[in-house]
Amino acid sequence: MLHDISATRTGASDIRSYLAEQERKTMLRFLTCGSVDDGKSTLIGRLLYDTRLVFEDQLATLQCDSARYGTADEELDFALLVDGLEAEREQGITIDVAYRFFATAKRKFIVADTPGHLQYTRNMATGASIADLAIVLVDARRGVLPQTKRHSYIASLLGIRHILLAVNKIDLVGHDQAVFEEIAESYRKATAGLGFASVVPIPVSARYGINVAARSPQTSWYEGPTMVEHLENIEVDEDGTTKPFRFPIQYVNRPNLDFRGFAGTIASGTVERGDEIVVAKSGKTSRVKRIVSAGGDLEAAREGQAVTLVLEDEIEASRGNLLTAPDARPHVSNQLAASIVWFGEQAMASGRQYILRTETDSVSATVTALKHRINIDDFAHEASKTLEINEVGVCNLSLQAPIAFDNFIDNRATGAFVLIDRISNATVAAGMILHPLRRAENIHWQALDVDKAARAAQKHQKPVVLWFTGLSGSGKSTIANLLERKLHAGGRHTYLLDGDNVRHGLNRDLGFAEADRVENIRRVGEVAKLMADAGLIVLASFISPFRAERDSVRELLPAGEFVEIFVDTPLAECAERDPKGLYRKAKAGELTNFTGIDSRYEAPEHPEVRLETVGQSPEETVAALESWLIENGYC
Amino acid sequence: MLARLSHLDRLEAEAIHIFREVAASFDNPVMLYSIGKDSSVLLHLAMKAFYPAKPPFPLLHVDTTWKFREMIAFRDATAQRLGLDLIVHINEEGVAQGINPIDSGSSVHTHIMKTLGLRQALELHGFDAAFGGARRDEEKSRAKERIFSFRDDHHSWDPKNQRPEMWRIYNTRIRQGESIRVFPLSNWTELDIWQYILQEDIPIVPLYLAAERPVIERDGMLIMLDDERLKLRPGEKIQTRKVRFRTLGCYPLTGAMESDATTLDAVVGEMLNTRVSERQGRLIDRDEAGSMEKKKREGYF
Repeated sequence: MLHDISATRTGASDIRSYLAEQERKTMLRFLTCGSVDDGKSTLIGRLLYDTRLVFEDQLATLQCDSARYGTADEELDFALLVDGLEAEREQGITIDVAYRFFATAKRKFIVADTPGHLQYTRNMATGASIADLAIVLVDARRGVLPQTKRHSYIASLLGIRHILLAVNKIDLVGHDQAVFEEIAESYRKATAGLGFASVVPIPVSARYGINVAARSPQTSWYEGPTMVEHLENIEVDEDGTTKPFRFPIQYVNRPNLDFRGFAGTIASGTVERGDEIVVAKSGKTSRVKRIVSAGGDLEAAREGQAVTLVLEDEIEASRGNLLTAPDARPHVSNQLAASIVWFGEQAMASGRQYILRTETDSVSATVTALKHRINIDDFAHEASKTLEINEVGVCNLSLQAPIAFDNFIDNRATGAFVLIDRISNATVAAGMILHPLRRAENIHWQALDVDKAARAAQKHQKPVVLWFTGLSGSGKSTIANLLERKLHAGGRHTYLLDGDNVRHGLNRDLGFAEADRVENIRRVGEVAKLMADAGLIVLASFISPFRAERDSVRELLPAGEFVEIFVDTPLAECAERDPKGLYRKAKAGELTNFTGIDSRYEAPEHPEVRLETVGQSPEETVAALESWLIENGYC
Repeated sequence: MLARLSHLDRLEAEAIHIFREVAASFDNPVMLYSIGKDSSVLLHLAMKAFYPAKPPFPLLHVDTTWKFREMIAFRDATAQRLGLDLIVHINEEGVAQGINPIDSGSSVHTHIMKTLGLRQALELHGFDAAFGGARRDEEKSRAKERIFSFRDDHHSWDPKNQRPEMWRIYNTRIRQGESIRVFPLSNWTELDIWQYILQEDIPIVPLYLAAERPVIERDGMLIMLDDERLKLRPGEKIQTRKVRFRTLGCYPLTGAMESDATTLDAVVGEMLNTRVSERQGRLIDRDEAGSMEKKKREGYF
């Protein structure tokens, strides 16, 4: 253990040899997760205590604090070593991620202590993102809980492949082997589909130190490793050198005209001087001329090293691009599918623009489709329109510009991103890329995934078809025109479909026979539907005399998106206004199939809005209509 | 095949990555330089991160006017040796009010000369990102702080509203007036710092090595008489003892420890055997439990 070197070993040469030993140590990052009372903080406190990283003055503070805040009756409350913030102490719970450090003779450890309550999924995801292993704590008295599965799922989602299942408080179940075996078995079953490479269950008592750093005669039936032994010896796949070379360009170092170096941290693989490399986004190739480091140029470098590469050629590349191996290139796309863990207080909104940030790249991105939400208790896929805070889902994203990436399963460093709210700058989601959406599919996806809601959200409005029906001369067009002007002035995106105008183009082959009138309205209905689908507020001004056709247009649209407005002006009034001289012609027999004269008008039975125009100016009528629209949430 | 990376290699790479990220993402960064061993390591890493260029930001020292004389000499020599811009800021209002660590008390002195001095300097120069050498192993509230730690336009830290920090992806977006404190040494321990100083042969202030120094015993600590401003109280006697410092701050607030460690190797040897944690030598943390969290909320580093 770290402080086990005795006073006789403190001569200078001993220090050097001790440090040389230290040099051979590797590093393991792990996180601990469990429910509120499973004893995570106590366990970490115990690890620090048993590996002697608690200094004497901290111990004195601890004894003093234990009397004041402690929940462990007489013994030291190890959790108090770890629970940092005042608020947490008062509540007796951990509320954020805390990082702890300890070392043994074989390894250095960085521990992320993450809270177990439901609402703090984001903290666990944060801790898991840099961890190689997760310690999942279970209270031996309570067994595998929904939270246990949830934590294991998040660990798996964030790419953790090794689990240490700490069956804690084994002392409180009489050190019973059967209880331990049952929990271990039930955990294995519950997490069988999560793709863990190893699951090692250990019976422990954090409070009494059983099987933490030392064995205990009370669990003599247990023959496996202690926690510390397992943490020291587990082979995590930390050797990222076998994967293809990936170098995210972080910073272009150009102190003068003679030097241009690409600075970054090698995400995976190795690079040697002279190696051919490809700039991912442009496909341009060059060779590595120098691997610059402050201690002198290197012949080769590997995953994890922060270096500066100088290339043979002056090729264009900047922050956000990847230098990669030519024979195993990353994806470059502006369309991708990803798993998302939502952190934002505001729910995810399809169609809203976020900033998507990878390790070094940053682009505008829109969630084009939420394919499903994942129930993290039973891992089922559920239909959903949105993700609330701490929910997990799979979605498609459309980016303003292509990024270079790998699938997360192949490379955690180049397959991950976060989403940032453009207004608050809050980090609202973590993303793990599943795969790119190919170009051929892009058209397909575009068409399906930028949907009506997305388009409408972009316009900040609710798409709707305002269908004006009434006799010729009733004032439909005047009212619709006035309303459109008002909506337009208010920043709404609108389109006015007018009966007369449509007959000059789309419907110029149609006459006024009943069948033609039906087809006229069918076509107009389809066009109105497309326009509403485009996110527009559509004003349709048509006599549309037959109930059935108006109703079939209504049926084309979702409930609430067809508003029937009956411009109820009596026939006599219309005939008297006769703005286009049509009634006169019809009465004179010069026009046939004229509504109200020799063709019927079926007045709406239950229109959403009925407007009387007699005795009111068009402006007054429009004002009344507008207030109805506002009251009913249309604008 | 290339060798495995040791934990120090990994810590070094992480810190270099953080330096570059700030240089690439912020308009006007600055590095807080407090002259201590952690600052020495921080500066060494900054030099490495931008080699062969120099770090694209100045150093800032918030001078309380009560630092050890050897610290000030070391500071000036270091800036000159490396050819870096050094900004020294003193809270002149505090000086005018006669604030000092002896009469004003450690808490008032630290708040006015250090915390307020720092805020003044950051506002005066409009820095949008400031590097500090804090480590998570120093103190419990630091253990929870992000590497990129967001501060509002009052320099305040809100421990309950921290941005999730995932992978090596840092959210560097801020609005006008807001800033980020950045801690590249977050994941280093005190032992890592010493080991790295040895491995890289990094210059440090000689006060870290044991030497015969004039000290008095006060409030259970050995306080070095660095200049004539520290007046003896009745009963206090100047003694010459062989002492060194584990941590450096304002001299009347920084306790020395008796030691025979006159070389770095010996210091690390003592460190490995030590049973007393680092900040115990500093008065400011003993004021009350949770005191660091309070200071940080007020804008302390």
